[in-house]
Amino acid sequence: MTVVFLGIGATAALTSANSFDSKKLHISSRRLVSETKSTFFVVRSDGRLNSGSNRRAQILITNAVATKADSSPATKPGHELLLFEALREGLEEEMERDARVCVMGEDVGHYGGSYKVTKDLANKYGDLRVLDTPIAENSFTGMAIGAAMTGLRPIIEGMNMGFLLLAFNQISNNCGMLHYTSGGQFTIPVVIRGPGGVGRQLGAEHSQRLESYFQSIPGIQMVACSTPYNAKGLMKAAIRSENPVILFEHVLLYNLKERIPDEEYVLNLEEAEMVRPGEHITILTYSRMRYHVMQAAKTLVNKGYDPEVIDIRSLKPFDLHTIGNSVKKTHRVLIVEECMRTGGIGASLTAAINENFHDYLDAPVVCLSSQDVPTPYAGTLEEWTVVQPAQIVTAVEQLCH
Amino acid sequence: MALTHRSSNLLKPLSAAVLRRTFSTDTITVETSVPFTSHNCSPPPRTVETTPAEMMSFFRDMATMRRMEIAADSLYKAKLIRGFCHLYDGQEAVAIGMEAAITSKDCIITAYRDHCLFLARGGTLVETFAELMGRKDGCSKGKGGSMHFYKKESGFYGGHGIVGAQVPLGCGLAFAQKYSKEEHVTFAMYGDGAANQGQLFEALNMAALWDLPAILVCENNHYGMGTAEWRAAKSYAYYKRGDYVPGLKVDGMDAFAVKQACKFAKEHALKNGPIILEMDTYRYHGHSMSDPGSTYRKRDEVTGVRQERDPLERIRKLILSHDLATEKELKDTEKEIRKEVDEAIAKAKESPMPDPSELFDNVYVKGFGVEVFGADRKEVKSVLP
Repeated sequence: MTVVFLGIGATAALTSANSFDSKKLHISSRRLVSETKSTFFVVRSDGRLNSGSNRRAQILITNAVATKADSSPATKPGHELLLFEALREGLEEEMERDARVCVMGEDVGHYGGSYKVTKDLANKYGDLRVLDTPIAENSFTGMAIGAAMTGLRPIIEGMNMGFLLLAFNQISNNCGMLHYTSGGQFTIPVVIRGPGGVGRQLGAEHSQRLESYFQSIPGIQMVACSTPYNAKGLMKAAIRSENPVILFEHVLLYNLKERIPDEEYVLNLEEAEMVRPGEHITILTYSRMRYHVMQAAKTLVNKGYDPEVIDIRSLKPFDLHTIGNSVKKTHRVLIVEECMRTGGIGASLTAAINENFHDYLDAPVVCLSSQDVPTPYAGTLEEWTVVQPAQIVTAVEQLCH
Repeated sequence: MALTHRSSNLLKPLSAAVLRRTFSTDTITVETSVPFTSHNCSPPPRTVETTPAEMMSFFRDMATMRRMEIAADSLYKAKLIRGFCHLYDGQEAVAIGMEAAITSKDCIITAYRDHCLFLARGGTLVETFAELMGRKDGCSKGKGGSMHFYKKESGFYGGHGIVGAQVPLGCGLAFAQKYSKEEHVTFAMYGDGAANQGQLFEALNMAALWDLPAILVCENNHYGMGTAEWRAAKSYAYYKRGDYVPGLKVDGMDAFAVKQACKFAKEHALKNGPIILEMDTYRYHGHSMSDPGSTYRKRDEVTGVRQERDPLERIRKLILSHDLATEKELKDTEKEIRKEVDEAIAKAKESPMPDPSELFDNVYVKGFGVEVFGADRKEVKSVLP
């Protein structure tokens, strides 16, 4: 488990990498995902199960059944790093691999990136490949899309996701739709990435969750990373994808530390991650809320519940396969998201689950989202806009009574 | 009205070139109708070199474009073309002159008035009409429509509906050309209405900052839909609005002036970065088929321009004065073109509508991002096409 920041109002930090008392680890007896197409599983040494697929090569780590003895840092393979470093590693590997990959954004070059994701890349690859743009989101996004039409693979960094609202026209009309309106002539292999979400008292305009606005755009894919492992894997997958991909990072997750494999790996863009297998209830979440959920999970386990936690990762399209299998097993769903109540990812996910898995549900789908307010500056009020672990515990208790 | 009437300057031949019936490559020198006006640079000379073959091809291509747009007008009124249809007749010289100055590796990107540019870049009449009528054989397989014509192989990047959004795209094309170290340029075209968009200046700033080989071409037909240029812009000297970026004002109804300007601009852009070309042109139709074009301008103005500045007539007079063809031959060429266009329409009408199964084609690139897991409970996985 990754070492994380102290959540607001949290009573204790989340567990460190070595303690597994709160998790059940009957990995061998679970078939959590379909076997129809995956031939190997990545079993992480901290007990989480990721399924591999033929299409995206994943590394099989043998001998990784999680017991306390195996999980000492000295014998673990891989290297430890922070989430922004993982993003940088993924980015650098892809830039090394393909000369057409370039980065554009404000302060990505000489400054090294406002969150240090592109640190030192300009020194290595030059000013044209790691391009410092003026503060003109609409036009540099448009520029990147135009460059992508000819075959380059630009990565657009929004300093904060909220600024990309200025580029909405380019993202919606030119990025999402050009492949369709040109009858397939042009592909737009861009990656649009940046930090979003509610931070620490950053104010209303800098705490936006753009996934809810972008989700209707046809032709784009959206993914949200939450750990260094999936950050690197998703970054690489997004760069290699021929479709435009929006990669949502979170301001508060950049300093997460985790041990990731040395070998090269690419994750599947359309797949969800099983964080904690369980029996009683399915909790669907993504990005920062994953950590609130895991914290609540500790409390829930102590109270005798067995939640199944899935990090949906792919916001568009939803991995209804993993989600569906989980719903079929547990019959109860709780969605915990950071989007606002109205029109967020949770709202779409609720509709999708109700439509497809209605017969398997024993209770209505409950969706915990942020309040429909501009994020206030005051710390206490900001806490109240976002879903807190205590609320998650209460919701689970109500659903499972 | 702010439109100044040009005096009827006929292009006078300066040299008595040897005249032949088979259209040779002997050089003929012509003079542009008016000298170029420049901003922050020295303008190119008024004398343009051309050949009889080129002049005949100009006539033929412009006549084809004119005929095509008029045919599109009739098709729209017959309800075979729906939605928006923005016609280019009157502005053909810009498309023809530009094409004559560049290669297919240079990129052109424009807004929604794109039918003739598509044709100039190598598109066929059948593809055009099929796309306008929403058929499978259209250049975008019927899924784009009038405002989304593209031809990747010939460097025609569209075809965009949102005013001004194509200019940053154009700078991106130029960026890619610079990145790949190609010696080619991009012509990013926009209208006098779009000239007031902020993203244009943002893109221009970036192009100038990084010396991108981008040429911004303002097709000034003096009306942004129903608003005259002087009612929309404080300064409607669009070629000057780049400030630190040089500009050139060109008579957009004179194909040779356009050709000269584009050639000049290409050389400039490859050496010194972006340049703005303002093409002083005029559209006979309204902004689109739903606009009669007469509520904001007088009929006299339209007929006046047609009589004095029409690009097709100009070329016709030039050809006749150089004795390259007789009046009758030119008329026969036009009849031939009319027949060609009618045949193309007939062929396009035969093309089927896209199949409903093609609805989801090309939303995503095939094979990527199209697996939706578990949408059908019986099959564990469903795949969007």
